[in-house]
Amino acid sequence: MKALSDLNAGEKGKVKKIDAEGELKQRLFSLGLRKGSLLEVKAMSMAKSTMEIEVGTTLLALRFEEAKRIGIETL
Amino acid sequence: MNELIIALVGQPNVGKSMLINSIADARLKVGNFSGVTVEKAEVNFSAQGHSIKIVDLPGTYSLNDYTQDERVTKDFLQNEHYDLIINVVDATNLERNLYLTTQLLELGKKMIVALNMMDEAHKEGQCIDHEQLSSILGVPCVKVSAATKRGIGKLLNRAIDVSLFPLEKSKLIYSDVVEEEIGKLASFLDRKHYASRLSSREIALRLLQEDPATYRKMHEEPIWVELSSFLKEALEHLYVHYETKDVAEIFAEERAAFAKGAVVETLSCKKCTSQTLTQKIDTVLIHPVYGIPIFFFLMWSLFQLTFTLGSIPMDWIDAFFVALGNYAKTVFGEGELGSIIADGAISGVGAVVMFLPNIVILFLGIALLETTGYMARVAFLLDGFFHRFGLHGKSFIPLVTGFGCSVPAYMSARTLKNDKDRLITLFIIGFMSCGAKLPVYVLFAGAFFGQEHAGNALFAIYLAGAFIGLLAAKFLKRFVFKGADEPFVMEMPKYRLPSLKLIWHTVVSKAIMYLQKAGTFILAASLLIWFASNYPKYPDLEASFDQKIEQASNASLKVEYENEKSKVLLEKSFLGKIGKSTDWLFTPLGFDWKMTVALESGLAAKEVVVSTLGVLYALGSGVDEGNESLIAELQKQIPLASAVSFMIFVMFYLPCLAASIVFTKESGGYKYLAYLFVFTTIIAWVLAFIGYRVTLLFS
Repeated sequence: MKALSDLNAGEKGKVKKIDAEGELKQRLFSLGLRKGSLLEVKAMSMAKSTMEIEVGTTLLALRFEEAKRIGIETL
Repeated sequence: MNELIIALVGQPNVGKSMLINSIADARLKVGNFSGVTVEKAEVNFSAQGHSIKIVDLPGTYSLNDYTQDERVTKDFLQNEHYDLIINVVDATNLERNLYLTTQLLELGKKMIVALNMMDEAHKEGQCIDHEQLSSILGVPCVKVSAATKRGIGKLLNRAIDVSLFPLEKSKLIYSDVVEEEIGKLASFLDRKHYASRLSSREIALRLLQEDPATYRKMHEEPIWVELSSFLKEALEHLYVHYETKDVAEIFAEERAAFAKGAVVETLSCKKCTSQTLTQKIDTVLIHPVYGIPIFFFLMWSLFQLTFTLGSIPMDWIDAFFVALGNYAKTVFGEGELGSIIADGAISGVGAVVMFLPNIVILFLGIALLETTGYMARVAFLLDGFFHRFGLHGKSFIPLVTGFGCSVPAYMSARTLKNDKDRLITLFIIGFMSCGAKLPVYVLFAGAFFGQEHAGNALFAIYLAGAFIGLLAAKFLKRFVFKGADEPFVMEMPKYRLPSLKLIWHTVVSKAIMYLQKAGTFILAASLLIWFASNYPKYPDLEASFDQKIEQASNASLKVEYENEKSKVLLEKSFLGKIGKSTDWLFTPLGFDWKMTVALESGLAAKEVVVSTLGVLYALGSGVDEGNESLIAELQKQIPLASAVSFMIFVMFYLPCLAASIVFTKESGGYKYLAYLFVFTTIIAWVLAFIGYRVTLLFS
């Protein structure tokens, strides 16, 4: 299983696992990122510190550290 | 007729502020900072013979108190009295928005769902069956568009209707697995004829959700002995089924599934996603290479505009207050009364009101950046850089605001979730030189670097302040506010054209707030400074000077004696005494007692530094930074090294009293204000000392 942080801009994936606890997990849930969600990586910032992804109809910005905790099955 | 209280709840960026504007129209009393709505705002008006109060709560993605402003919303919904919830939903992003709706349904209050941005949804080819959605949710759904004002009247009518009828229970139904466990627990409670304010279903649900209050209550009941084994069994079932022992996660999944189901049943003729415009703009604005230069260009333009455009009305306001002061003296005479009104109140307040144009332009710019959705992109771009200094991408918003005024900057730091990140940001906001420090820099840069270099010196001052701020953040993160980083998870809202009316309201309310500060706090501070520099009185001394002045042979000698008189009296005033007793602290920095007093009076408000210097260097008060003779006087009396160290000290020391009060409130205690005082004073002192010594070496 790949981590979300391994994906490049333009790649799509399906969330398999979220390795986060408590509030962060709730936050991701309420923004629509949960097990089974489909997502697409849209953009990366310079030096690969943050990434922009699209989940459903929402655009989200994530730090790479958080993206590492999200397990992805590439599509 | 009773007042009807409506709570307006929704996720961020769903157009709540715009909706409240459309509902209340011009009756709006308080505007707020779109996207940075950190306090609840209230609007009062009457419709159909009812007096209505709408409480606009900060946007929240869910009721899980993640950030401080979300806590405001949750606390209000759970503890305050209100009659009805209007849940504002972005129709173009229905599924995610309904997640919050499900949580609101669980509150068991009267509710209406406002499907906002219907016009946009139509354009995107989306069709929502709102009647079907109403029957699924069990609450009325009304299609509205705050931008085009359609459906607003209907929404208000339904709100009044719903509030008049008794509460109908919502129809939030969970998955079969959860419903089965709820059913078992509820039927047990029914069998035991357990009587409560809540229905058996509600109690069962709350127990499964591990609601602490319900547990506490049930724990004291005799029924608990039997109930607990049922409950344990029910939870075990859920754990096994969901492969997790986290009840919060189970219910989050339940809500998400409910929202998804509702969308599937009500949303039709859906074209492919239509974020193309937003995504096209994003390819430029968050481009890995051009993104940051574009941002810097925009910020540079904003500051240019703030200072160049703002200086035009500034001159008018200045002239107006000078004229007003002179007029006051003709009305109230040259005596004590005239002096306290003209030299104390009017000149003090005028010095602050003068900066109103800058403040308005800066806030206009920031409001534009915020409402268009660009701020989120900047946070995205800068997070990597900021994170290296122990800051969060979102710290950017308060820090930029800090260049205008620290007061709103401290308040906007609330959008940071993590207390430590927030405290670090609060501590360094003061290093972003605020608008009120500008006169000091303009004065000194003009006096000591010549007109041709003054601009560069100014730019260097702002940049150096920001840079030292970042280093200070790094220091605080490493040694003081240690701890886990706040995760960076942020929605990138769609780019939208802001409503002109909303921007107008935002800017006007900011301007009013600023003027209120000038009329209350600055007024009081000015009177205090006036008093401290005019008392105690020395009638004998004054008389002897007056005699000299009268006997003076020519006009210039007269002026000289006048200046001499005010200088001597000032030295003997309370202010002078304070300065003289504390100047030993600042002699290593090359300050004389006058500079010391100017700095100390600057603790009240930074604008006061310049006017105090003007008074102290024997020119009479009412001096502003453009005054040629004050510049000449400073050049004569202050060595270059002292001037450099003075500017450095002003850059870093404690912000004004008003800002300090807000800081105390936002940081959570006077303890932090004491820390801030020590922290900023040490940095200011040490850097000023270095600046002093280095300049001495080279000059």
